[in-house]
Amino acid sequence: MSVLVVLEQRSGQWHRMSFETLAAAQQIARELATTVSAAVLGHDISLLANELAATELETVYAFEHELLKEYTPDAYTMALEAHIDLFSPELVLFPHTYQVRDFLPQLATRLDRVAVTDVISHRIENGALTLVRQLFQGKVNADVRFSGDGPHFASLQAGAYRADRVAKGAAPVEVMRPSLEPANIRTRPFEPLRESQRTVDLGAAELIVSVGRGIKEADNIPLIEKLAAALGAELAASRPICDAGWLPMERQVGSSGQTVAPKMYMAIGISGAIQHLVGMKGARTVVAINKDADAPIFELADYGIVGDLFQIVPALIEALKKA
Amino acid sequence: MKIIVAVKQVPARDSQLRIAASGQWIEEADLAYEINEPDAYALEAGLRLKEKHGGEVIALCAGPERAGQIIREALAKGADRAIHIVEDTTALDPLACARLLAAAVKSESPDLVLTGLQSEDLGLGQTGVILAELLGLPHSTIVVEVEAREGAIRVKRELEGGWFQYVEMPLPALVAVQSGIGKLRYATLMGIKKAKSKEVRRVTAASLGLAPAAPSVVLERVYLPERTKRTQLFEGDPQQAAAQLVEKLRFEARVI
Repeated sequence: MSVLVVLEQRSGQWHRMSFETLAAAQQIARELATTVSAAVLGHDISLLANELAATELETVYAFEHELLKEYTPDAYTMALEAHIDLFSPELVLFPHTYQVRDFLPQLATRLDRVAVTDVISHRIENGALTLVRQLFQGKVNADVRFSGDGPHFASLQAGAYRADRVAKGAAPVEVMRPSLEPANIRTRPFEPLRESQRTVDLGAAELIVSVGRGIKEADNIPLIEKLAAALGAELAASRPICDAGWLPMERQVGSSGQTVAPKMYMAIGISGAIQHLVGMKGARTVVAINKDADAPIFELADYGIVGDLFQIVPALIEALKKA
Repeated sequence: MKIIVAVKQVPARDSQLRIAASGQWIEEADLAYEINEPDAYALEAGLRLKEKHGGEVIALCAGPERAGQIIREALAKGADRAIHIVEDTTALDPLACARLLAAAVKSESPDLVLTGLQSEDLGLGQTGVILAELLGLPHSTIVVEVEAREGAIRVKRELEGGWFQYVEMPLPALVAVQSGIGKLRYATLMGIKKAKSKEVRRVTAASLGLAPAAPSVVLERVYLPERTKRTQLFEGDPQQAAAQLVEKLRFEARVI
């Protein structure tokens, strides 16, 4: 009975969620009165493994292989499957990153298990673990538990645990050399690339007015542009608006767009799906204008108006002119 | 190219959700339903591939009778035929759900299986990848572009923070599509008319030879999240609310 936490790196850089997940794994292991080990996969990752060796862990497993240099779901699945078979951890934790979403269900299925993804918190009662996750785009919470024998798999949402709670310590590093063959890897990845240079740097904006689905039509966007102008704010949007081509992709805030931390973030007609919230929750003051009083965006909002944005936004522009 | 697109019916996006008396699911009685949005994009991607390369698009859906609505929609938009697994999948874990889908498509030997990235109700984002594993297919997820080549496909995956990556894999394969892969089409009147005569193969878990298995993940309780932050809400008429908000932003938050 032990916990294994699988951390993520790319080209020798930690994914920012790795240490949140490590802190969570340490905490859960402590509460379950068991030990925790960490795994990191890649090629030439001894520096990263040494960094982990300075934290409170039973063992650091560094999976070294040429075929782990570029991520593929097959190589990651095979390497971890063999390890889990051998060491039988009771619980295996991951950060809920795009990469984990790509291979974790494959890994769990190989071991005839079902992973619980995108977990926001946990509780332990009488030694039994209950995980909390969100349904319906964050409108409803659910308590979930595993039934049957381990290994059990779960991935943790960005920001759910605090990276600064990682406990320091000293742990031995064990280098693992998984047996991987090129013939077993069915997908061929190319070099990651970034789209054309951004012309808008939302990250540097002090004030942001952001628009979502509630705006209904492309023809209504100028109303929000007017408000942004009245405030002297940058204009941003949630994903569906950029998907529809109503605003350019570079104005998108969220996990697949930009991460922002302005003095004020005004979300208009944005319900607040988690993919959006992770991109803006660093804002100092959050204002939400939405017709649905139960929209998750109000979770983060300091100020809010529940109502029809087509009435409120013009009134707001007027009020700003008077101020 | 034979393309299967898995689609799910979910409660409409702006539904007012209430918790059912059992505390284990939401009250379904007065809900409106629609096609899961990422799946609508998967269908769009499938229809575009067919337009370019020829072949067939088959809509695949596991859900109760009411899911017939989104199957008709898929047929009206241009899917050639459909498979409806008539089962309530609410209580199934994603492995059990993917087993149903796998059993229903195995005999079809598709070249490409498309799914949405995740459902908007459960949001697990696993069914597609599990289905690929059960069918023994390579997969790629969070895909924003699909290009078919001779016996292979090349997809563009979204990574985090504005990064992308091309990935190639041999066919048959499974691709989980990200929302926004192409502008969604509407069903035409002609399409709606034609849909009525298209084949819908109806199967059940029993007819597929699947026995119910105990779920390995149990949903114990659902509830509305507690507010942790106190939001100052301004009510009343829009002018009044707007004036109050501006006042607070200037003199309390001091951000404007």
